[in-house]
Amino acid sequence: MKTTISSKTKKATISTDGPFTVIGEKINPTGRKKLAAALQEGNFDYVRDLARKQIEAGADILDVNVGMAGTDDVDYLPKIVKMLVDEFDIPLCIDTPNPKALAAALPLVQGRALVNSVNGEEKSLEAVLPLVKEHGAAVIGLTIGEGGISNDPEVRLAAAAKIIERAGKLGIPPEDIVIDPLVMTVGADSNAGLVTLTTIEMVRREFGVNVNLGASNVSFGLPERDVINQAFLALAIGAGATCAITDPMKYSLAIKAIDLLRGRDSYGAKYLKYYRAHAPEAVPPKV
Amino acid sequence: MSDELLKAMAQSIIDGEAEVAADLAKQSISAGMDPLDSITKGYVAGVNEVGDSYACGNVFLPELVMAGEAMKAAIAVLEPELKKKGASREVLGRVVLATVEGDIHEIGKSLVGTMLTASGFEVFDLGVNVPADQIIAKAEEVNADIVGLSALLTTTMVRQKEVIEAMDKKGMRNKTHVMVGGAPVTKDWVQKIEADGYSEDAVGAVNAAKNLMKG
Repeated sequence: MKTTISSKTKKATISTDGPFTVIGEKINPTGRKKLAAALQEGNFDYVRDLARKQIEAGADILDVNVGMAGTDDVDYLPKIVKMLVDEFDIPLCIDTPNPKALAAALPLVQGRALVNSVNGEEKSLEAVLPLVKEHGAAVIGLTIGEGGISNDPEVRLAAAAKIIERAGKLGIPPEDIVIDPLVMTVGADSNAGLVTLTTIEMVRREFGVNVNLGASNVSFGLPERDVINQAFLALAIGAGATCAITDPMKYSLAIKAIDLLRGRDSYGAKYLKYYRAHAPEAVPPKV
Repeated sequence: MSDELLKAMAQSIIDGEAEVAADLAKQSISAGMDPLDSITKGYVAGVNEVGDSYACGNVFLPELVMAGEAMKAAIAVLEPELKKKGASREVLGRVVLATVEGDIHEIGKSLVGTMLTASGFEVFDLGVNVPADQIIAKAEEVNADIVGLSALLTTTMVRQKEVIEAMDKKGMRNKTHVMVGGAPVTKDWVQKIEADGYSEDAVGAVNAAKNLMKG
């Protein structure tokens, strides 16, 4: 199954049988006080810098979230999206819980956006799915139901089923839905990783759709977070995850290694290309 | 002998051993120790140490959760004994705690609840995604000293402001303080919405709550 999104000239394909897709997570002021301050001053240079760095580091898609308390993302989101569309040629993932901001930002995308996100609650389904349909976008579906986040993979699966069914009624096909099984921290509940991995397997078996991972939460409150995050990426990809919203600067090489190990990188070409482009100067160039 | 027992109690919390903590509580009852002393001089000393180590980065989240659970196990044994004696644990204050509407982040809020309970506050944890009117109704019902509002999303932080404004309108603010927290919360934001207290983590939240009660 393939979910294709695009910018002016570039395509990004999230695929159940191709290499893993990286959605750069850095344009998001939550927990990044420097970015929040820059946005509030109307200074877009910091966002430009984050966009450029993530693209260089191998991001296939950029997530764009500008939600900050005390500011209106109906106002900010379209401005940042316009700047990114004007200055960069990379597909975007428009990340907002606010349907008004989403409606304002989607028309500015040249190409096809990924919407982040809808969930299984009635309020969300009714507000978000019609916008996805209207703008011909694809959408990330969080496995949250009316009862909130469940620790039971069956309940998360039911939320996914509801999203896929309701989208189908509006004419949005399963190819355009990427299910997010939710990742909680193993620091607070040591079964949290297993619940996510089981949900991924069930979603893939039941619906065959693409699966997204918010991959940096899992290690919260623990030391050596990068090690846990990389181990989790490998397990989740093995279970059937096909894209992640994560830090391309930190994890691109590990992801390329996982693709190679799964037979999705002939002759290790992508792994080696990435290594040469990002290795320290001591590495000899290819002759 | 009771000094040894108190030390062992503190250690059981530091080690996160719920069974040991409960067992020591039973021993202390048989030995005729004051359950209030066991809590404040024994277990709470352990909680404080774990909290400080977590703040320094020497103890990690699963260990903090285990310590909280050990504390609960000990309190569960000692609480009926306290009631029998007609004494009740000195309650430092009543706290109504919630993650605001639209936000489903639970860990930080629950951790603050555990630490506050362990430190002697009576905590009413309303859970996540809680509308302002429910928070306010509970605060009125239990005559809360503090309302604690968690928000982990930049987009749901505004709800903290809405709750504060609604409390202002009802004239509740002179007897009920408001504490806020969550990853995106900054000092600027705290001042802007005129909250009374704020902390970056669960351990700091206990100190902030204690300060408000002095207040």
